[in-house]
Amino acid sequence: MDRIVLIGLNHKTAPIEIREKFAAVCVDTKGPLALLAQLRPLKESFYLSTCNRMEVLFSTSTLDKGISVVVGLLADIYSQTGAALKPYLYTYIDQEAVKHLFRVACSLDSMVVGEPQILGQIKQAYRQATEARTSGVILNKLLHKSFSVAKRVRTETRIGSSAVSVSYAAVELAKKIFQKLDGKIALLIGAGEMAELAAEHLLANGVEGIVVANRTLERALSLARRFHGTTAAWEELAEELNRVDIIISSTGSTEPILNAEQVKQRMRARRNRPLFFIDIAVPRDIDPAVNRIDNVYLYNIDDLQGIIDMNRAERVKEAARAEHIIAAEALKFDGWLRTLEVVPTIVSLREKAEEIREAEVHKTIGQLDSLSKEEIEAIEVLTQSVVKKLLHDPILFLKRTSKRTRKDLYLDVARKLFQLDEDQREIEREENELSLDSDKVS
Amino acid sequence: MNESLLLFSAITTLLYAIGTVGYLIYVIRSESTIHRIAFWFLLAGFVSHTIGLLLLVGNIKQMPVTTLPQTFSLFAWAIVGSYLAFQLKFNIRVLGTFVSPLAVIFMLLSSASPSQLIPSSQLFKSFWLTLHVATMFIGNAIFALAFCAGIMYLIQERQIKTKSFGLLYRRLPSLEVLDSLNYVCLTFGFPLITIGLISGFVYAGAVWRSYWHWDPKEILSVVTWLIYAVLLHERLAVGWRGRRAAIMAIIGFSAILVTFVGASIMLKSHHSFRFG
Repeated sequence: MDRIVLIGLNHKTAPIEIREKFAAVCVDTKGPLALLAQLRPLKESFYLSTCNRMEVLFSTSTLDKGISVVVGLLADIYSQTGAALKPYLYTYIDQEAVKHLFRVACSLDSMVVGEPQILGQIKQAYRQATEARTSGVILNKLLHKSFSVAKRVRTETRIGSSAVSVSYAAVELAKKIFQKLDGKIALLIGAGEMAELAAEHLLANGVEGIVVANRTLERALSLARRFHGTTAAWEELAEELNRVDIIISSTGSTEPILNAEQVKQRMRARRNRPLFFIDIAVPRDIDPAVNRIDNVYLYNIDDLQGIIDMNRAERVKEAARAEHIIAAEALKFDGWLRTLEVVPTIVSLREKAEEIREAEVHKTIGQLDSLSKEEIEAIEVLTQSVVKKLLHDPILFLKRTSKRTRKDLYLDVARKLFQLDEDQREIEREENELSLDSDKVS
Repeated sequence: MNESLLLFSAITTLLYAIGTVGYLIYVIRSESTIHRIAFWFLLAGFVSHTIGLLLLVGNIKQMPVTTLPQTFSLFAWAIVGSYLAFQLKFNIRVLGTFVSPLAVIFMLLSSASPSQLIPSSQLFKSFWLTLHVATMFIGNAIFALAFCAGIMYLIQERQIKTKSFGLLYRRLPSLEVLDSLNYVCLTFGFPLITIGLISGFVYAGAVWRSYWHWDPKEILSVVTWLIYAVLLHERLAVGWRGRRAAIMAIIGFSAILVTFVGASIMLKSHHSFRFG
């Protein structure tokens, strides 16, 4: 049986100096992939490189030789000696390799646990592997499985559901206050990367419009254009509180620009509709006493950071549940791998044929109740010999297959042809989804 | 007959209690399956409760409010019924966590309180009285939901204001949803208790030849009605909402409890179940 090996390094095993070297060389992942394909002991290979990790996944029938040539290649690529590189590398074999890939795909191994980008990066790398024809039956199945495991983890655990950035945390809070952001208007006071990002996220989550206020009209106009919003006069900032619902403030002002009295006065005209202040500025723009007014909520940068820290901790907790799912799925994959041999395939082919035969015979005999014992016996014998003769050649073919170099390919086709795997349909659906994804990318 | 009624009451209480436990687990482990199980137990309890009440009505041939246990039981039934209806309409799952313990409490009160019959049961057969009882019970049950929504609002608002997020932060719906639940309950409950009060006066006028007796329960009922009238008026006129509306809903339901439980047990009146 072929062995599955994963060799790689990540932010935990290698310092940034090493990782950036890898990232610099491997902007074009096709390079290493082509080199991998030339390594003789490797049957299939897959190469992933992101800013925080590099992973080589391959299958081989000669374990030690496979590992040493891959380590040698990596050392060559990064112009290091194998011995110098080794302390940063991890090597996983079979089940452990499968589990590691699943953990990476589920973003359990990421710097920010639960961040969703990694799955897209794996899909991209897999697409390159299929284009370069370096992935075959085993890695195809394994990568597809990793996508579905990642999907399962995402829906069954809350690993990616809580905000870990300021702008997401702000949107999440806004939803806990307003439920829906549709029809709400946000006021952006001042400018700055974080504030603009928050405004963007609010818009993406349904906020109807952005009003921009800035000391310099020019800046206000350019921001308003960017968000398809309107501008408000700096002098009449407080008046805007009558019509906006969410205020993001990020000015360089050393004095508070809105005090509690100004806000309180506007609440009556607002008929107490809630106001949500997001004060990103340091020093703070909004008088902290504003938070004490009924139906007014004020969050400053530290408050938002507190939420983010809490959510990070929660993700780590959810990771334990994800590990459980991964262990179970890795076991399932192992089960499939074991069927990719000649004898198990013949057994399941016979079983399937016998199942069909029995079911059909049962149906026929059920309809004909006048049959004698001998006649029933004859039907049994007849059907058995039909099945046997039909399967004779395919089984002979499969037996000869064990001597072929690409036997996994033949076995895979045989299993698909007779639909011997129960989750066949699932796999096909995933394959369709993947090709749909690639359509979107192109 | 009495045994089977007791049996139904016990089964109902048990089902509600299991449902309550389910809803409490749901708060800790937010899984749809747990919610579904809890919901089905509550629903099963409601079905058994309904059968029990129908048997009782068939037996006594009048509204099941002739004794204190019956009254409590009917109120629990009305609360669960309104909750189930609201759940189907608005799907605020965690509301069940707050409502189902209330149902259990009233079922337990029902089995714990003495069951003397009111001597003159002839009094209970009248259209106006039926209307009075039906609207009052459903109206008050809806206010029980508003009470729960109010508590939920205060918890959630406190978490958002103080920026300390507990387990309930994720489970509880947004402030907007809780506040509109308060409003919806008010728009359903207020007309019902208004009809309830009027039909009560009409009935009193017909039976005792006087609409008003300075009976403690009458006074308390009018006070309760006034609390909700103020809340509704302020909501519509100046846009009262959020915390104040939640607190008013809690005060209002406390007044209902005093009226309903307190006056029935403690005070002597024609609404009371303890005659001399």
